[in-house]
Amino acid sequence: MIGRARLPRLEGGLPWLAAGSVALSLLMLAGLLSLLAVRGMGHFWPAPLTLVTLEDGRQLAGQAVREERLPDASGRERLYLTANRDLDGAIWTWVDLEEIAEESHPRDLVVLERTRWGTFQGRLLALEATEGRAEGEAAWTALQAHLKELAVLRAERDRLRDEVVVPLVRRLERDPRAETELERASARIHELQARIMGGRLLLESVDGRRLEQPLEQVLRAWRPNAMSPPAKMVAWGRGVWRFLAEGPRAANSAGGVWPAIFGTVLMVLLMSVVVTPFGVLAGIYLNEVAHQGRLTHLVRIAVRNLAGVPSIVYGVFGLGVFVYGIGGSLDEWFFADRLPSPTFGTGGLLWASLTLALLTLPVVIVATEEGLARVPDNQREGALALGATRVEMLTRVVLPMTAPAMLTGVILAVARAAGEVAPLMLVGVAKLAPQVPVDGEFPFIHLERKFMHLGYHIYDVAFHGDDVQAALPLVYATALLLVLVILVLNLTAIFLRHHLRARHGALPRR
Amino acid sequence: MSFFSSPRPVAGGPIIDFDPAACCLEIEGLSLAYGETPALRELTLRVPRHRVTAFIGPSGCGKSTLLRALNRLHDLNDDVRLSGRICLEGQDIHDPEVEVATLRRRVGMVFQAPNPFPMSIYDNVAFGLRLQGGIRKRQLDDIVEWALRSSALWDEVKDRLKRSAWALSGGQQQRLVIARTLAVRPEVLLLDEPASALDPISTLKIEELIRDLKSQLTLVLVTHNMQQAARVSDYTAFLQEGELVEYGTTDTLFTNPRLARTENYITGRMA
Repeated sequence: MIGRARLPRLEGGLPWLAAGSVALSLLMLAGLLSLLAVRGMGHFWPAPLTLVTLEDGRQLAGQAVREERLPDASGRERLYLTANRDLDGAIWTWVDLEEIAEESHPRDLVVLERTRWGTFQGRLLALEATEGRAEGEAAWTALQAHLKELAVLRAERDRLRDEVVVPLVRRLERDPRAETELERASARIHELQARIMGGRLLLESVDGRRLEQPLEQVLRAWRPNAMSPPAKMVAWGRGVWRFLAEGPRAANSAGGVWPAIFGTVLMVLLMSVVVTPFGVLAGIYLNEVAHQGRLTHLVRIAVRNLAGVPSIVYGVFGLGVFVYGIGGSLDEWFFADRLPSPTFGTGGLLWASLTLALLTLPVVIVATEEGLARVPDNQREGALALGATRVEMLTRVVLPMTAPAMLTGVILAVARAAGEVAPLMLVGVAKLAPQVPVDGEFPFIHLERKFMHLGYHIYDVAFHGDDVQAALPLVYATALLLVLVILVLNLTAIFLRHHLRARHGALPRR
Repeated sequence: MSFFSSPRPVAGGPIIDFDPAACCLEIEGLSLAYGETPALRELTLRVPRHRVTAFIGPSGCGKSTLLRALNRLHDLNDDVRLSGRICLEGQDIHDPEVEVATLRRRVGMVFQAPNPFPMSIYDNVAFGLRLQGGIRKRQLDDIVEWALRSSALWDEVKDRLKRSAWALSGGQQQRLVIARTLAVRPEVLLLDEPASALDPISTLKIEELIRDLKSQLTLVLVTHNMQQAARVSDYTAFLQEGELVEYGTTDTLFTNPRLARTENYITGRMA
């Protein structure tokens, strides 16, 4: 009777429990993504600049970040991002709320993004350049024009340096004509540099301290309080684009993450290229070729357990075997002229990809095996009964039906590999490698180079910067990007799998 | 020489005299075991050419095992041990000179559950021919049409040859599988309870098909359904616990069985 009395309650409760678990998981996922999106993407929005006048007459200009209770609980204080590291020595200011006499948003406050000392917030008094001096509103108009010109000049200078001078220097030993070309290019760079240099800005902070700012150090300028919402939207879009398309600046605490995106995707693709054939062939052997005896069973258990080995262990293995073992030998045989500086004998793209391929191999093997086991025996017998050999049966009937399962394995492998950081620290990730491992120079993909990775970038920015508070939005943005990159990689594979299913017909679910 | 012989001579001796030249498959002293479990014991029988021969018997009597032995499907299973001889048109099918793939083309098989491949209808029928290779597209088209007509499926699928075979109904799938087997021009067609998963109308169509195909090839049918065996087969063999109990023309076996065991089974007095 007890069992009977309990059964209905279980019947009634279990669905709720199950549904509740699903709802909670979804909620946590949504919460995670929205936290990353709001904190990360909000960073690129031109926030309004508040001019705060305190009771004692002091003034400061900053963006309100957050509020906290005072330590003695007598009131609240607010944190402002006041920037101007060169004037104040710090970029944050705590203000007791009760000391604030007045808040306003003057339209003439400017924000300058600079290559040194971070951002400046204050007023623009004058601009001095070769063509003369401009003051007040005219200075702002002139600054806009100058910044546009500067961007063009910088772009040409950087392009010349990367695409003309660097290859020429490499050719210098073999090619005497390179020297004249190099001189011409250098002259052009000097000319550009001269035009970039020279301008000056006269700036004043809101509390009256003045500052002379060389113009070439200014990247961008905006007046957040004078911008219309559409203009802010455009500025936000450009900010996001620069984050995606540019390399990092200021020890990773500013700028973009393009090399890290590129490094992550390239490494994952290389890993997939390595792991897919190995995993699929191993799965086929275990399920179709090997005698299903005790040894095969043992191997299968070992493979499944391999999936549970902590990733750092794979990192150690990769360092010992790939980097020092194979890489060291390669250096001795083929790159002896460059020793003692290592070529392959140090961490790099190739070794990182191989290490991750090893890490994800069990996933692909298991998925392939399960896919093969799901192909009904009557399909195999049907093929054999028509005079197919076992190889023909495999290639023409069984493997096409297993392809979606194999792709599922690759999807899982990609998802695991793209988020893995620990082993990469041992086998080739770099804090800063602005040069992506693919360029126009033979052999085009430089497998021996170190590369940047979004996961490691997050770790580096969050823990190894000078000012973690300032870098935090970038951490959120990078984390969001990492999630998105994995999502895109997975969606590609899922799309492929769907395509295959549509072509070969789905297996009935058992 | 008697056509219906058995290792333990059955009371009454041979029922009909038969010309040995009309014999397609000869099974002599065939024993088969899965590991330690015997499935067939010292089985001897002959299958006449261009006739339908049915194997009947209770579940687990070895009739499907016998059928699968005829095109060496047991080769896949390492546990199976086999002794005795099976001759197809006078040649031992276990002879090292016989290629198993060639044998299976000569002895086609249709299984209990329809098993079309996840491809188009056309590709299913062309599968066996494409394995052989060297067939031109026009020729392939002709053979596919011929096979589908032979299995009475052409009119139903001629407008959707490129559609997935898995979209067909169960009965159509089974006829497609028969067409696929016919396309490689087998000499013998083994049917393992081909209609047991089908509805009555589809079953009827399959049975008609079996009778029609008799003029082209030798058919061996395994069935649980006594009425079906009586309707379509010319000869019937009754197996029990891996042994051949009685073998004769279908009419004789069903109307006037010589052994009480057979009669009990046929009249349903045995589980």
